Amino acid sequence: MSLEIFWFCLIAVLWGGYFVLEGFDFGVGMLAAVVGRDDDERHTVIETIGPVWDGNEVWLVVAAGATFAAFPAWYATMFAGLYLLLLAILVCLIVRAVSFDWRGRGDGERWHRSWRWASTASSIGAPFFWGVGLAALLHGLPLNSDQTYGGDVGDVFSVYTVLVGAATVLLFAFHGATFLTLRLAGGLGERAAAFARRLALPTAVVVVGVLAWTVVVAIDRNDRSLLPVLVPAAVGAGGVVAAGLLVGARRPGWGFAATALTAGMIVATLFTGLYPRVIVSSPDFANSLTISDAATAHYALSVITVVAAVCTPVVLLYQGWAYHVFRARVGGAPSV
Amino acid sequence: MSPLAATTVDLARLQFATTSIYHFLFVPLTLGLGPIVAIMQTKWHRTGDEAWLRLTKFFGTLLLINFAIGVATGLVQEFQFGMNWSVYSKYVGGVFGAPLAIEGLAAFFLESTFLGLWIFGWDRLSPRLHLATLWLAVLGTWLSGYFILVANSWMQHPVGSKVSGGEAHLTDVWALLSNRFALYAFTHTMLVALTMGSLFVFGIACWHLLRGRNVDLFRRAAAVALIVAVPATVANMVVGSRFGLATTDYQPMKIAAAEALWNTEQPAGFSLFQIGGFTQSDQKPSFVIQVPKLLSFLATGTFTGQVEGMNQVNEGYQTQYGKGNYLPPVRVAYWGMRVMAYLGALMTLVALLGAFLYRRGTLATKRWFLWTAVVAIAFPYLAATAGWLLTEVGRQPWIVQGLLKTATANSPNVSTAMLGASLAIFVALYAALGVLDVILMRRYARLDPPEPDRPVGPPVAELVPS
Repeated sequence: MSLEIFWFCLIAVLWGGYFVLEGFDFGVGMLAAVVGRDDDERHTVIETIGPVWDGNEVWLVVAAGATFAAFPAWYATMFAGLYLLLLAILVCLIVRAVSFDWRGRGDGERWHRSWRWASTASSIGAPFFWGVGLAALLHGLPLNSDQTYGGDVGDVFSVYTVLVGAATVLLFAFHGATFLTLRLAGGLGERAAAFARRLALPTAVVVVGVLAWTVVVAIDRNDRSLLPVLVPAAVGAGGVVAAGLLVGARRPGWGFAATALTAGMIVATLFTGLYPRVIVSSPDFANSLTISDAATAHYALSVITVVAAVCTPVVLLYQGWAYHVFRARVGGAPSV
Repeated sequence: MSPLAATTVDLARLQFATTSIYHFLFVPLTLGLGPIVAIMQTKWHRTGDEAWLRLTKFFGTLLLINFAIGVATGLVQEFQFGMNWSVYSKYVGGVFGAPLAIEGLAAFFLESTFLGLWIFGWDRLSPRLHLATLWLAVLGTWLSGYFILVANSWMQHPVGSKVSGGEAHLTDVWALLSNRFALYAFTHTMLVALTMGSLFVFGIACWHLLRGRNVDLFRRAAAVALIVAVPATVANMVVGSRFGLATTDYQPMKIAAAEALWNTEQPAGFSLFQIGGFTQSDQKPSFVIQVPKLLSFLATGTFTGQVEGMNQVNEGYQTQYGKGNYLPPVRVAYWGMRVMAYLGALMTLVALLGAFLYRRGTLATKRWFLWTAVVAIAFPYLAATAGWLLTEVGRQPWIVQGLLKTATANSPNVSTAMLGASLAIFVALYAALGVLDVILMRRYARLDPPEPDRPVGPPVAELVPS
């Protein structure tokens, strides 16, 4: 495998990691206002992700940084092309980050209510726009013959991309609910489990539909052969269906593993759909940006490969350890 | 270039300046306050004295309020290169992207994961391990400072790369990482951060001393702050001027503009204050206070050295790079330099005087000085902002010195309207967050430090060990 393809895969893995990890903390952000009935309970719900959400977000920071370093033309075209989408995402992520830390630091019902709304809305907004943006890379953006973005703001939105956005939100809510089922004790935990069961069917229907449509788009728009795209899509579809069954059968641990699998497989399906391109051009397919068009020179790639090879295992070890440290359920007994 | 295109570049520049300056209000406090809180916790760990634990939690809370907004606004910086400066990104990604990617892998994961462990790990980790998590988070913030300054320094002094096929490519990563400019920038910036962190702690401690409550506790905080502030401010006077000297080698135009020196002089005097003389049509100031020969000494190390003027550098650049105007905005560079240097001297004075009074045991009684220390909390913020304005504005018209001009580096497909809209959104959002941040900081800075066995409201509960 060439270094270019390796980095394409690594960036897919980083996005996958982002969807799996920040996916559930987005879900927790969405559900906190409804699973928790008063401020103390909501605080407990947010506390389940308190120690880890910031580390989860770094997966995105690294995905973007790696794209900049390994595929400058991809980074430049994608970020300038998805301008307003990214602007909206930035606003969501800023508000969300601040809301987690600040919501409990002020007094009064108004302060709490404002931050509650802010963190709910931003936890829904960011994944929706990410879903739209990543799907648009595959569905096609209007690129000029020099492979720069030549379109309009609205070109990002189509029925397909909006549906991927909605599916991402639903899946993350479901993913967050299975996470909360594992991490919350007592009545809160049961309420989270009830939400997970309620979300299972609509999520499964929408996600399976979107995955199927993605396979069609990949073949139709991107000239892919069926099998490589079908495999991750089928695994993802199987995951979300299995998650529904497992949650119904009161197996939250396996249910969470299944929603995580689906979150990762959505990314895998989009990226295998893209390969060997990084942005599909519509209406003129010939203008599509490919991995080799966008890649930087070999030397820089080998430098960051060495760094990634050294750092990634260490990062996975201490992030894993952090999850281990905070494995205990919260909110069981009243705090003393 | 059409006027509209010029407007687009200007808006992109304004957006970058606004968001960067804003981001950099929070970053150095994180970088400088982190180690001070870690020192406090280390003292508690070593001595078992609960006063240190109370101070750790008190300043730790302020650190976290500040950290939250620093992280949030950092993301804007990373995305902005691609969104507003796509030509630049495509051109430099092969060099500039590498330290950015390394920053994420080697530093951001470290700081975010271990800070999370520190905040929530009081009752889940052994005290020694818990202390280690804070030091590791601090290490992460410092590493990230290093890598981002490596990236920025390459824009000031491009090394370890060559341009081919219209793009810059990395050829020597060690040259990039050991860029002399980057080593100076890193040392200087970290000393700024330590100055900001220590004067922040010192100012708040002095405010509490003024109030006369928890005197013993805040006298200790003042001592720790002074132990950091004295060497940091003194060293920074030296490093800052050496940095200026080194910059003369790479960016003579920036230094000439910072002195508003239009024509080569030997020896050259240092302008302390002047009115006028900042534009090409008005090269003679109408009023100036000058120290003879000092600029020669600052720029070359000897009192008789020759200092190149802007006109001569401009001519040299025209021969080298073709027709054009290579003059940066002189007024901004001149005042950026002065605000930075004067405040630097003032901060050194505050630190030294504070240490003197502390040694004599009269710190808590000199009310005028305590008030000065409270006001001095603002000095590092102003100085750091002025310093960055000098660094970035002084490089113009280049976005990458000698390689790429700012005027051609923005995103061609991003319209003036989109840039205007996004600028408005960021300014509104940042203003709101800034106000809330100051409110929260004030609120927590005025509280009595938490008793170890009694949480101060629900939010700090996670800081309290059970």
